[in-house]
Amino acid sequence: MMPDEHRRKFSEGEPGRPLGAYLTGPFAVSGRSVIRWIRNSGASVIFFFLAFLKIFRTKQFSKIVQQVYYIGARSSMIIMLVGLFTGMVLGLQMYSALVNFGAQGYLGTLVALSLIRELGPVLAAIMITARAGSAITAEIGIQRISEQVDALATMRIDPLRYLISPRIAAAIISFPVLTAMFDLVGILGGYISGVLIMGANSGTYLFRVQSSVEMKDITHGFIKAVVFAVVVSTICCFQGYFAHMRTDSHGAKAVGLATTSAVVLSCVFILLSDYIVTSLLI
Amino acid sequence: METPFIEFRNVSKRFGERTVLENVNLQIYEGQVTTIIGLSGSGKSVLLKHIIGLMKPDEGAILFRGKPLSTMKKREMETFLVRISYMFQDNALFDSMTVHENISLPLRETTNLGKAEIDRRVMARIEQTELGEAAHRYPSELSGGMQKRVALARALVVDPQIVLFDEPTSGQDPLRKNAILSMIAQYQRKFGFTAIMVSHEIPDVFFISNRILALYDRKIVFQGTPRELEKFEHSFKDEVIRSMEGLRDELTGLYSKRQFILNHAQLIRKADGETYSVVVFTLEGLGAIIATFGHDAAQEAIKAMGMFVIKHFDAIGGFSTRRSTNEFVTVLPYSDQEDAESILKDFILDLQSSGIPGIYAGDRRPTDADRSVEITVLAGITQGQPNEEIDSILDAAKNRQKEIARLWCDGRR
Repeated sequence: MMPDEHRRKFSEGEPGRPLGAYLTGPFAVSGRSVIRWIRNSGASVIFFFLAFLKIFRTKQFSKIVQQVYYIGARSSMIIMLVGLFTGMVLGLQMYSALVNFGAQGYLGTLVALSLIRELGPVLAAIMITARAGSAITAEIGIQRISEQVDALATMRIDPLRYLISPRIAAAIISFPVLTAMFDLVGILGGYISGVLIMGANSGTYLFRVQSSVEMKDITHGFIKAVVFAVVVSTICCFQGYFAHMRTDSHGAKAVGLATTSAVVLSCVFILLSDYIVTSLLI
Repeated sequence: METPFIEFRNVSKRFGERTVLENVNLQIYEGQVTTIIGLSGSGKSVLLKHIIGLMKPDEGAILFRGKPLSTMKKREMETFLVRISYMFQDNALFDSMTVHENISLPLRETTNLGKAEIDRRVMARIEQTELGEAAHRYPSELSGGMQKRVALARALVVDPQIVLFDEPTSGQDPLRKNAILSMIAQYQRKFGFTAIMVSHEIPDVFFISNRILALYDRKIVFQGTPRELEKFEHSFKDEVIRSMEGLRDELTGLYSKRQFILNHAQLIRKADGETYSVVVFTLEGLGAIIATFGHDAAQEAIKAMGMFVIKHFDAIGGFSTRRSTNEFVTVLPYSDQEDAESILKDFILDLQSSGIPGIYAGDRRPTDADRSVEITVLAGITQGQPNEEIDSILDAAKNRQKEIARLWCDGRR
């Protein structure tokens, strides 16, 4: 190969594409992803604040009540079911571990604190994401692609006020209530497996639950529930609202992908924000 | 000169690399029906969305009564938008709400009216759009035509001054298309709003439009009346109008106006010096049919009349077209005035004995007089002159019109 030809091939790579592009390509791709991620994060924060402020406008009460029913009341059964089995598993595992040290009297403490401080808020939030969050994204996404959101704008109805604010408000109301329900049913589950099945002392279990749980634990659990409510409702509404702007697909497929993204991102951000909130509160 | 109600000045819009509108200039006047025609994907809907503020131009200005929208303060813009309603191509109805809830939504959310007043206004629109039985049904339970009417009722419930219609007849059968256009025209006359419509329905939209705007190659290439459009010579006419206008009118089966004019020109060329006659029919009483039996019944009457004209005159070499919503024109080649009158006599006898089956119209007055509507058929004959313009021949025939039949319709459909 002639030196000139070699130099040309080295500097140009494929016709029309300089070799430099191959070297910088991976950086460009990851750079674009980071920029997109930062842009979307900023947009989500603005989206949340704009929608949050509109919660306090007129004619919102009935819509919020309706959403509390959809997000809260209709999730209560699944929350109780998951809470019950989570508590029961905790009761079994903890009892098996504690009995080796003769410390089965602490079963109530362990079950109650692990549920109220961590498992209750996190698992309740993940279950609400799976049940109500995905439905929120799908519903708003379909309304977006079928021009119903544009129709609202043409009727001078603010889509953020009409569609998003009630859902965020309902999530902020429902998450702590559902978390409390999860905790209570979980403690009951621990009682069923630990006391009724494994034979731990009933009075000791209930006494430990009562004596070990402080108001601080409950408050921290509720703070987490509110944070998760904001995270989940914002992510799910945002994904649905901007489903039409996805670059990877269009139409019904875009709604499907938006729903998947909403659930995955919500779960990731629940765990991420759980760590941040815990580190701030502890 | 009248200040346009809405005006576009050098408006351009791009989506990435693609330019959809380029230096678009147009004027829309108050109280008129203005129709924007153009090929699919030519940017007609984009143009409408600029008027209602769903899109902003990249360049140029949109003016409302001479004032640019971009310089309006928030309150002024609000006042402007309050006047506008938009009817989407795919209706954009809320599928989780009933018809009543869909129609009442703008009133519930944007006004402080009481429930009783909202109900009254909604029910009035529901009655006017013949949706009484569907008031508590969901959009998915309705036919396409009914969904269109729900969208129309929702657009009209706020008493707008401007209504934008984005292909209001798409996906409808010919009868329903014409019924929807007739409904739009009727409401426009009744409520006096300014209608701006995007449509492909040629020639049907010409019958109800005051002005036509032709969007072609990213620009407005024509603005004027439907009559002026007939004389407009531009590649738009070859590529767009002719592709949209079929050989025959979808509703009646009569020749399109363009085909009719071609047939007429051919006749004059072929039968040099030979006589021919022109008959202009007018179907009167459509307004009463609409008021009593609805828009579908009126379109049934027009359709039936068209078919009746074809049955009688095509068989003897005649050719016919529709001149306006209720006006039909027939040319009878090689027939003088006397021949034409004799042919018309047979037509009248048959029309009176057969009636118009589509709407149960016949020559006997029904016993239930309250539920019957009178339709009158007028006809005028004139002899065509080889060197005369077709329009002046038609005008002459129209001036000679007299009543040839009277039918009573009891609306059993």
